[in-house]
Amino acid sequence: MAIQHATSEEGAIGTATDSRGRLVTSDGTPLRRALERANRRRKLTALALVGPLLAFILIFFAFPIAQMMWRSVDNPQIVNALPETLNALEEWDGQGIPDEPVFAALHADMVADLDRPRREQKIGPLGIRLNYEISAARSAISRTARAVADFDAPYKDAFTDAHRLWGQPELWRVIKREGRPLTTSYYVAALDREFDDQGNIVKRPENRQIYVSLFGRTLALSLAITFMTFVLGFPIAYYLSTLPMRYANLLMIAVLLPFWTSLLVRTSAWIVLLQQQGVINNALVGMGFIGDDGRFSLIYNQTGTIIAMTHILLPFMVLPLYSVMRTIPPSYMRAAKSLGARPWTAFRRVYFPQTLPGIGAGGVLVFIISIGYYITPALVGGQSGRMISNEIARHIQQSLNWGLAAALGTMLLVGVLILYWVFNRLVGTDSLKFG
Amino acid sequence: MSSKLKLIGLSSAVSVIALSAAAQDPVSLTVVSWGGAYTASQQRAYHEPFMEANPHVTIINDDGSANALASLRAQSQAGNVTWDLVDMLPSDAQLACDEGIILQIDHDEMLAPAPDGTPASEDFLPGSLGECFIPQIVYSTVLTFRPGAFPDDAQPSSIEDLFDTENFPGRRALQDRPGTNLEWALYADGVDPDEIYEVLATPEGVDRAFAKLDTIKDDIIFWTEGAQAPQLLADGEVAFATGYNGRMFDAIEVEGMEAAIIWDGQVVEWDGWVVPADGPNEELVMEYLYFATDTQRLADQAKYISYGPARASSAPLVGEHADLGIDMAPHMPTAPDNYFAPIVLDNDFWVDYGDELRERFANWMLQ
Repeated sequence: MAIQHATSEEGAIGTATDSRGRLVTSDGTPLRRALERANRRRKLTALALVGPLLAFILIFFAFPIAQMMWRSVDNPQIVNALPETLNALEEWDGQGIPDEPVFAALHADMVADLDRPRREQKIGPLGIRLNYEISAARSAISRTARAVADFDAPYKDAFTDAHRLWGQPELWRVIKREGRPLTTSYYVAALDREFDDQGNIVKRPENRQIYVSLFGRTLALSLAITFMTFVLGFPIAYYLSTLPMRYANLLMIAVLLPFWTSLLVRTSAWIVLLQQQGVINNALVGMGFIGDDGRFSLIYNQTGTIIAMTHILLPFMVLPLYSVMRTIPPSYMRAAKSLGARPWTAFRRVYFPQTLPGIGAGGVLVFIISIGYYITPALVGGQSGRMISNEIARHIQQSLNWGLAAALGTMLLVGVLILYWVFNRLVGTDSLKFG
Repeated sequence: MSSKLKLIGLSSAVSVIALSAAAQDPVSLTVVSWGGAYTASQQRAYHEPFMEANPHVTIINDDGSANALASLRAQSQAGNVTWDLVDMLPSDAQLACDEGIILQIDHDEMLAPAPDGTPASEDFLPGSLGECFIPQIVYSTVLTFRPGAFPDDAQPSSIEDLFDTENFPGRRALQDRPGTNLEWALYADGVDPDEIYEVLATPEGVDRAFAKLDTIKDDIIFWTEGAQAPQLLADGEVAFATGYNGRMFDAIEVEGMEAAIIWDGQVVEWDGWVVPADGPNEELVMEYLYFATDTQRLADQAKYISYGPARASSAPLVGEHADLGIDMAPHMPTAPDNYFAPIVLDNDFWVDYGDELRERFANWMLQ
């Protein structure tokens, strides 16, 4: 109806002009303005439809991510607490212990802090910040702060008597290096690096390197999980797509069932099944396949993480595959066979290429979700099945080193974006089909 | 008739006004703790009597203690503190105190003296009170084992046995953090309990501890959540497990799990209250704190869970378990028979060296 109406109007436009020869609509308004108005209305409608979600994403997604990135470089603690000391340190060459004027400035800074209201005191956060760089710096600061009001000149002796760290050039180098509002030190730590005496970035001692190998392991585990969901999900999706709708829907419920069960319940169920005294091992021993002392270690290691997460993420692979396979007409395979292809060739050259959009979408979904997973690895991963997100969670919740957590999180985010970009170059995201 | 009715009406109106003036507006306090059996013991020993004495107060339990430090910092930075009182460990309390997000406590001013008049600062066990921290209980991390895993005449009895895989084979469930594990490694290696932290503060001491842990590494399963340790023992997955003594008491005495506690080398620590700065009901919280940390209340808590009260004056008042009727005194970490070789956890040490040692420990786990 509407279309017919519009065409009839267009027909009228062809002849209607105003006194200055401009095109007008049937009610006499210039056509250009009428079109502009209609356009504006369409844009407003679009904005009203998209607006709530856009605002939601900006406030709860884009803004927190920006804040996380900011936190990974934000470094206010030393600048706020020790302005005079940092001034005095300008002259210091980084060798040996600074001279008396620096200690006098430090004394002035710490005494000034005592006069601030408690909530605004800067010395506590300073100690926590310095402790990220040097162990025991926190107690050096807090012990000194308790006594600093009674210190007399010469301050150098008073400070070095209060805590041994004040007599170590390393602490002073850290204060001078990190006495800036922005820092790279969280990223340096997140890459298993540290600063040496000359301020160069060097590798950490081997027994303190963790994050780089954890990133590697997270990547490897996520790829393994993605591969496993593909191997298990492809046949199921294929079978479902060949069934009549009635049975397919019924079986789809079985695939989706894990979605409707609590994550913790599912994970605990795997513990019951997989542990050494669990159902699977007991059954194998009972049937005589393995001896009582030859029970498999299926959990509290990488195997446990891969098994439990493959199960949890399987629907994310099956659904896109299924939706793509449904749209592949069975006649293509019949045509291929009638043209002389053997079943395997027909599958490989005709059917499989058409499922690639589904494989790509499922793979990207599973891979990206598993790279950030942390509850399941924490419960079933033992020591070898942990992922980088477990470390990030620990720094957020327990060590309270949010700067390092933010640096690790940002690196994870950038890593995922790079992988996505590479994927896009290789496969092309416009060919993905999510369902 | 009608004037009489009016009079009755008037007098009842007056009495309603008088009543409402006496009763206060209803308030709710949000108290954050560890959940499970522990929160239940606080509910019965502290919350219920306090609510009975103050009918206008409702206490809401929040099981957020495991991540309390992060939540407190987030609430404080957002300028919207919704928690009134938080149960946390002293090392976390020290960090929060340094950040200025919890209140400093004047112990003698804010806490009840002992019944004999001893001020609070002398009645609480030595070293337990913190700048911002009021302890309630002493708990300990203990080694437990499954008696069925070993022959009757060769049962383990010390921390040394944990590191002796030859005579005591089987897997060991340890917590996935350096605390307790490093202390035990040194203790089993012959370091005196009083000198453990001095040794651990040196690089050689750390190497020594990790070298000792290396000897049992292939037999370790790491647990994360407190409930996992008793579960692993009950399922027969491990022969040894470390765990909190209260949870182990619960599993053994209440649930009937077959396990025994080794008190040798128990790592003793406090647990207690902190008050968030800028909380919504500071005055009422202080009233609650005064009540809930007095001698009788701390002794009462031991009726419901096997953690020792943090006041010296509470110890003689510890009685029987409220439901089981067993004498609780022998199950306390501080009972003389159990307290023969304790390692008192040094919170200052862990706040100072925790970051570095956790990295080293994580690296060691990954190797």
